[in-house]
Amino acid sequence: MKTSMRRDFDWFSFHGTVLLLAGFCLVLLAAPTVIVVVVSFTNGFSLRFPPPGYSLRWYAALAEAEQLRAAAWNSLVVGGWTTLLSVVMGTAAALAIARSPRLSARLLDSLFLSPLVLPALAFGLAALMLFSLAGIPVSPLTLVLGHTVVCVPFVVRTTVAALSQMDPVLLESSTSLGASRLYTFRRVTLPLIRPGILAGGFIAFMSSFDNVPVSLFLRDAATDMLPIRMWQDLEGRLDVTVAAASSLLILVTVVLAVVMERVAGLSRRLAG
Amino acid sequence: MTVGYAPVAPDPVAAPGRPGRAWTAAYDIRLALPLGAFFLVFFLAPLALLVLVSFYADPGMTRFGLDQYARFLLDPFSLRVLGATLWLGVEVTALTLLLGLPLALLLTWAPARLRGLLTLIVLLPLLTSVVVRTFAWIVILGRQGIVNASLLALGLTDTPLKLLYTEGGLVLALAQVQMPLMVLPLVTALSRIDPNLADASAALGAGAWRTFLRVTLPLCLPGIVAGCLLTFAAAITAFITQSLIGGGQMLFMPMYLYQQASSLNNWPFAAAIAIVFLVAVLACVTVFNLVGRLSRGYAQA
Repeated sequence: MKTSMRRDFDWFSFHGTVLLLAGFCLVLLAAPTVIVVVVSFTNGFSLRFPPPGYSLRWYAALAEAEQLRAAAWNSLVVGGWTTLLSVVMGTAAALAIARSPRLSARLLDSLFLSPLVLPALAFGLAALMLFSLAGIPVSPLTLVLGHTVVCVPFVVRTTVAALSQMDPVLLESSTSLGASRLYTFRRVTLPLIRPGILAGGFIAFMSSFDNVPVSLFLRDAATDMLPIRMWQDLEGRLDVTVAAASSLLILVTVVLAVVMERVAGLSRRLAG
Repeated sequence: MTVGYAPVAPDPVAAPGRPGRAWTAAYDIRLALPLGAFFLVFFLAPLALLVLVSFYADPGMTRFGLDQYARFLLDPFSLRVLGATLWLGVEVTALTLLLGLPLALLLTWAPARLRGLLTLIVLLPLLTSVVVRTFAWIVILGRQGIVNASLLALGLTDTPLKLLYTEGGLVLALAQVQMPLMVLPLVTALSRIDPNLADASAALGAGAWRTFLRVTLPLCLPGIVAGCLLTFAAAITAFITQSLIGGGQMLFMPMYLYQQASSLNNWPFAAAIAIVFLVAVLACVTVFNLVGRLSRGYAQA
């Protein structure tokens, strides 16, 4: 009787502690996003929560915020080119190095993934030094080149993971049935690794769109990037327009993330 | 035939007639050439240049010397910035682990439907712009923020507390921002554990706490190490969050580097700061990786 009571206490205290901490963690994770969305609908001029009343005035203000719109467009263009470069070069590289036991492949794998752990700000400074030494002025082009270095590791990682989960027997049967190399790639390999490439490309785009450390060094004065514009707006004055812009971004990314989770199993690949 | 997949360059490993080996060399290593060349020019060359510039003795870059490193390593202020940055990483990683492990456990217990929703909440910080996430914390921690408003309403304090621009506030904000990097590897590690082990432990009379400490925790050690590595590296380089939530009084390595490079235009010193920071990060990564390798061996044993 006594032991069973002790066991019950043990069970409840363990599960209670886990639930309590996990619950706090969930609130911590969700609260900031929820609060920004709610505050963006305020009818006041401050970021007070809860807002005194609700209106769409800051979304209307967003339509006139030329600077934010131009910055968002720049970020989209740079993100698009970065993603294209990352997917093409990253997928090719992943095909070359995945499952290869060769030392050269292992070394390349480490090299291609190393921008993930190195401080991006240090790389941004280094890239600026290179471009100025070579006499290349900073421009949207240097932005794309710099972003690609820090974004391509995501594509390499998810594609290598997808390739190593593939069953080699499928390739053997395709070739033994007489399919050409290119045909086998298009009809067998590519469909199987497509979710990995998609997830990697999505993360690469998001991380380019959100990049500040590399953009700080490699953009020219005329090219305003969205996260930097928002950051400077926030440091100067706490502007509710930024809350409206943030909420729009949150909405778009959550929708995209849900789609990507369905299509490509995003969270599994992020854990990789 | 496997000929179609054999590499063009002669490779003794993938000899024809050994289909089992064909896949290992399925694609030509030269497919890695474009990205390899790209990294050589736009990643390795800049880093080499960074090292070179850090060995200039003066901001005008006229003569070589170890002056910049001496300046950093003998300056108590610079050393304090480095120490504060690494310590910040430790604090954030500890808090993230303390809160992330229970959440990862909850995720593995949850039924499939609920798990989808919980996963979305975990992904939320990773998928919202870093400026947006940080901005939210200003709304929460500010003088008119939600925490102060609740404290005032409950009568727990008469004047608003200073939460923004404090280290506690920064650690909390960074923990939220980096939480997915901890939780996702933990979920992967936990889901690989054979549930029979926990049942066996319970059947042998061990309580829930004991089973957790003696079975679950050691087995998910590789996930813990992977999560800690990612969280630590991300927390110490989180430039935006550090500068917006930390404010002007707290200086960390990324901002220090940026100040020297942009406003003071001292490239050699900025380069030296970057190299010291890179070496510190690499040292931490190496230690984590060693621990990770040991723990993997332990988890498989």
